[in-house]
Amino acid sequence: MGLTLAEKILSRRAGRPVEAGELVVVEVDQVMVVDSIAGSFFKRLEQLGAAPRFPEKIAIVIDHVAPAANVEVAKAQQEIRAWGNRYGCRVFDVGRGICHQVLVEEGLALPGGIVLGSDSHSTTYGGIGCFGSGMGATDIALAAASGRTWLRVPETVKVTFRGQLAPGVTAKDAALEMIRVLTADGATYMSIEIHLIDGAEALSRSQRLTLANLTVEAGAKCGLVVPSGEILELYEVPDWLYPDPDAVYAKEVEIDLSRLTPRVSVPFYVDNVEEVAKVKGKKVDQVFVGTCTNGRLDDLHQVAEVLKGRKVAPGVRMLVIPASSQVLEAATRDGTLLTILQAGATLGTPGCGPCMGRHQGVLAPGEVCVSTSNRNFRGRMGAADAEIYLASPRVAAASAVAGYITTPEELEVSHA
Amino acid sequence: MPRVWKFGDAINTDDILPGKYAPFMVGEDKFHTYAFAHLRPDFASNYQPGDILVCGKNTGLGSSREYAPEALRKLGLQAIIAKSYARIFYRNLVNLGIMPFEAPEVVEVLQDGDEVELDFERGLLRRGAETFQLRPPPAFLLEALKEGSILEYYRKYGRFPGEGLEG
Repeated sequence: MGLTLAEKILSRRAGRPVEAGELVVVEVDQVMVVDSIAGSFFKRLEQLGAAPRFPEKIAIVIDHVAPAANVEVAKAQQEIRAWGNRYGCRVFDVGRGICHQVLVEEGLALPGGIVLGSDSHSTTYGGIGCFGSGMGATDIALAAASGRTWLRVPETVKVTFRGQLAPGVTAKDAALEMIRVLTADGATYMSIEIHLIDGAEALSRSQRLTLANLTVEAGAKCGLVVPSGEILELYEVPDWLYPDPDAVYAKEVEIDLSRLTPRVSVPFYVDNVEEVAKVKGKKVDQVFVGTCTNGRLDDLHQVAEVLKGRKVAPGVRMLVIPASSQVLEAATRDGTLLTILQAGATLGTPGCGPCMGRHQGVLAPGEVCVSTSNRNFRGRMGAADAEIYLASPRVAAASAVAGYITTPEELEVSHA
Repeated sequence: MPRVWKFGDAINTDDILPGKYAPFMVGEDKFHTYAFAHLRPDFASNYQPGDILVCGKNTGLGSSREYAPEALRKLGLQAIIAKSYARIFYRNLVNLGIMPFEAPEVVEVLQDGDEVELDFERGLLRRGAETFQLRPPPAFLLEALKEGSILEYYRKYGRFPGEGLEG
């Protein structure tokens, strides 16, 4: 019987063929720790009486509240730096960027590898064909102490994206459509295996990372995009890293990219996805472009394209936070930032920004935010009744200019 | 007697502990007092150790933040009964020594405020004269829970439950 991509990676690592349902203990290539759980991680290692087994396989990223917003956070981050020095683990400090983006840029996540992260969006690594999975502090500490983790080999949902994206439609819209179709628990405990065919292979690394990033919003353990296109140019992809044609899937779904329209996820659940047209006109107080979902250079390019020669509407705050220092540098060099700033948007330090409501753009009661992030749960970005609409960078930028939710195409008509 | 705190479907980790109240934001000594701060502000101050959480489907979806269930454990939570769980949350519960029972039919019947008794070992829940049998978690996890948590298990044996025993 053939194997899925997740079964291939775990079989390779287990040293024997394994199938969905089996428990395996496997070595991991990289253990990623974020600032917000580092304290718990240290505490668990202490409880274990253990030190990191392979210091070079541990990366701590200061991104969730960077720079520090208060003394508690500053103390926690001070401890991270000291701990990293003591054990010789990599620490990516304030401003380097969001954990997932940084690990990809640094080549610490690679096709065919296994990366565990103390952040649920660790599925992002699947964009390059790396088995990425999020876990809590205890599992992460055990992985750091042992170099291994236990996993139940997941069943797999096959999602096929067919065709080329229509003009004005993005990978974010495709990702949101996938979550709408699968629902928030449609892939719980499972791997989502993404196949790009009939033109969809052209999706870039950045776009694939966006797709894989959102797979956790359907409950997935990992979200693996079958390597093709740009991934084959950028990496030495192992020749075994493909799903067998006779692999067994728990569910199969197909989405035609050429017929997709811009999407928005309506509060307070990510799978509550509508066409932008359905919520058009909703008044907006804040627009946030950034995060591990949509804070990369191509995302900023799309924003700049919409903002060029226009102004953010009076009464709207537009926050742009590049996903990493490399993205910030590239967007500075090519003039993207100037366009964005001239339109009246403001910049934040590369990192997670206000995504989880801790700093840099917390929402007041009753406020509405259009965000390029990945979660719109009640109270996530601040006040309990503030509303978060998840959308693509293009829709976010157009909404900032209009002052209400809309698309760049509608903007052409009304602001011509 | 312990009581039931009943919640609906898709209770997420931002509901359980909003990100702004993470221990590294407000301190290790305070974060648990913000459990369900948005959704049910009366929860943390009225919860009694041993009270049972009863939830719907996809319980604990969202962030990997272990400090969300840790806040509940700090308040004295020992068991949750839910229709189903999100993956990371389930692992976190086991890792913290909170027993995750999955029993959709029992969740349907239980009401908020019900007084109940739970026999963890046998998975027996009593409400007045009624008794409900709960299905225990998988053997692999029970083996870890017997030592208190998977952390204790690893410290004692230097391996994961079942590791090295597979064919």
